[in-house]
Amino acid sequence: MIKTLRPNKKREPPMSQLGYPANLLAPGETYESVNETIGSIVLRNRQPAPWWVGFVFAFGLLMLFFFAVSWLLIRGVGIWGINIPVAWGFAIVNFVWWVGIGHAGTFISAILLLLFQHWRTAINRFAEAMTLFAVACAGLMPLLHLGRPWLFYYLFPYPDTMGLWPQFRSPLVWDVFAVGTYFTVSVLFFYLGLVPDLATIRDRARKTWQQKFYGVLALGWRNSAAHWQRHQIAYLLLAGLATPLVLSVHSVVSLDFAVAIVPGWHSTIFPPYFVAGAIYFGFAMVLNIVIPLRKIYHLESLITERYLNNMANVMFVTGLMVTYGYLIEAFMSWYSGDVFEEYMMLNRAFGPYGWIFWALMLCNVIIPQALWSARIRRNPVTLFTVALFINVGMWVERFVIVITSLSRDFTPSAWGTFFPTIWDWATLFGSVGLFLTLLFLFVRFFPMISISESRELVAEPQKANAL
Amino acid sequence: MKDDCLYGLVAEFESDAQLKRAAEKAYNHGYRKMDGFAPFPVEGLAERLGKKNRIPLLVLLGGILGGCSAYFMQWFANVVSYPINIGGRPLHSWPAFIPVTFELTVLGASLTAFLAAFALSGLPQPYHPMFNLPEFARASQDRFFLCIEAADALFDAVQTRMFLEGLDPLMVAEVAK
Repeated sequence: MIKTLRPNKKREPPMSQLGYPANLLAPGETYESVNETIGSIVLRNRQPAPWWVGFVFAFGLLMLFFFAVSWLLIRGVGIWGINIPVAWGFAIVNFVWWVGIGHAGTFISAILLLLFQHWRTAINRFAEAMTLFAVACAGLMPLLHLGRPWLFYYLFPYPDTMGLWPQFRSPLVWDVFAVGTYFTVSVLFFYLGLVPDLATIRDRARKTWQQKFYGVLALGWRNSAAHWQRHQIAYLLLAGLATPLVLSVHSVVSLDFAVAIVPGWHSTIFPPYFVAGAIYFGFAMVLNIVIPLRKIYHLESLITERYLNNMANVMFVTGLMVTYGYLIEAFMSWYSGDVFEEYMMLNRAFGPYGWIFWALMLCNVIIPQALWSARIRRNPVTLFTVALFINVGMWVERFVIVITSLSRDFTPSAWGTFFPTIWDWATLFGSVGLFLTLLFLFVRFFPMISISESRELVAEPQKANAL
Repeated sequence: MKDDCLYGLVAEFESDAQLKRAAEKAYNHGYRKMDGFAPFPVEGLAERLGKKNRIPLLVLLGGILGGCSAYFMQWFANVVSYPINIGGRPLHSWPAFIPVTFELTVLGASLTAFLAAFALSGLPQPYHPMFNLPEFARASQDRFFLCIEAADALFDAVQTRMFLEGLDPLMVAEVAK
């Protein structure tokens, strides 16, 4: 029986029309080989040297973050470069950037699940973990920006002694609910998918602490048909719920801007354009994480070239949508006939922050055109490089939207400039440290590829190799 | 083993197809208190074992509850608890209440789906007799199991064992309570 589960080694793997191997699983994988490949990363003690290098680097940045935040709590937001008119500085740029990164994770885990795209199997777990950590970083940013972060609970509707309610008509309050719900649902989705794998790890563990640790986390999961039935239906429903949720979250975030009357913000294209942008560079972030991990942990047999190519395709298409967004923004500022809108566009491209705008065009529009070439999409190194540019580009885009628009609105006498201080940079890079530290710990302690879904691919090779 | 110490009889199989066939035969034979175990969700296995699930209905109720309470909260805050006249705009400005209502609908439904998936399965559960069988560890790796519980009306230590052995398993074993 086992024999029929193994694809015949002598046959050539199926090729797609574009000429890359179409299989999602390298030939010859069995249940046990899949369990071992993924499980052993968690269960063995020694991590490869690149893990340590990366972890130490990330942990250093995390310490920088703690340092920056401590100083912020002591001195207040005056240590940042924010001023009037640019009251939303790096904190909001970072917030919008981080929350966008999360979107590709949910896109992969929820939307591709609903569309029966089996190529999500090997990447959905770290995409979900990435979502979780990115949204955690995102959530911190507006809190730090509050000035008195310890009073953040004022944002929630609770029966307070002041007799006040949050302003439910404000997008900033919608944001609290959107990001809060998004984080909660991401945690639930992540954990629900993780439980069967924790049971697998529990049953493979030989050390007592591992048996106890994974045993407690697995909640007594015993792979019963009744458990699986409930698990599958709940997972599918969560995916169905997460799909409109993910679209709503970045739409609501974009409304923070679009509802305001500031030129460069007040635009109806913002919600779809923000969502497309989020998926665009979210995929770039997944690629930036997956490509090194695949190499370090030798996961090429599970994360095949087909995954990379498909991710590059999604990234490219959403990138074209974002480009369309840029064009329409420029067109509308001219077509509106509104002098402030027209000036905003000119100022954006040729004003004091003009060079940042052109850096954005380079990173997000020009460099990704390289993805037309199948050679570049299929080569992990070039794909990684393009994805890195997109990640930087999307941060720059948020900078352009937030800072350039705020610095020059209607009355020239109210104009100002923003210049980031060292604490702004420390918070940005520190939050990257927080994100990476969590990611490295996740890779060390939890199975980074869904083991049960990989076994499903082994059992049904026709799914794995369908085009 | 004494009968009152017996949780059930377990047959081990090598593939999901064998387990599905075995489950179907056991159900048709009249066994009801039984369960199948597989390292991944086997399509149609739970149905063959006669298992039903009520999660979709619960999730719908959770979503409705979340949405209604969110809308009520906003209406109550703006119309009853703290009405404030801003330029003569209506207090009950429903379009502005939609985003929060939507988010909390999703939150209510998701929390219900998550909690129901575990609570209805009786999880978290620190102890279960199935784990007394050392071979059962492979249910989460690469093997497939069918367990007929001693509590089943048709269960008979000898007859049931013969029945399970007739299904062409790798082995049949007793599981202590």
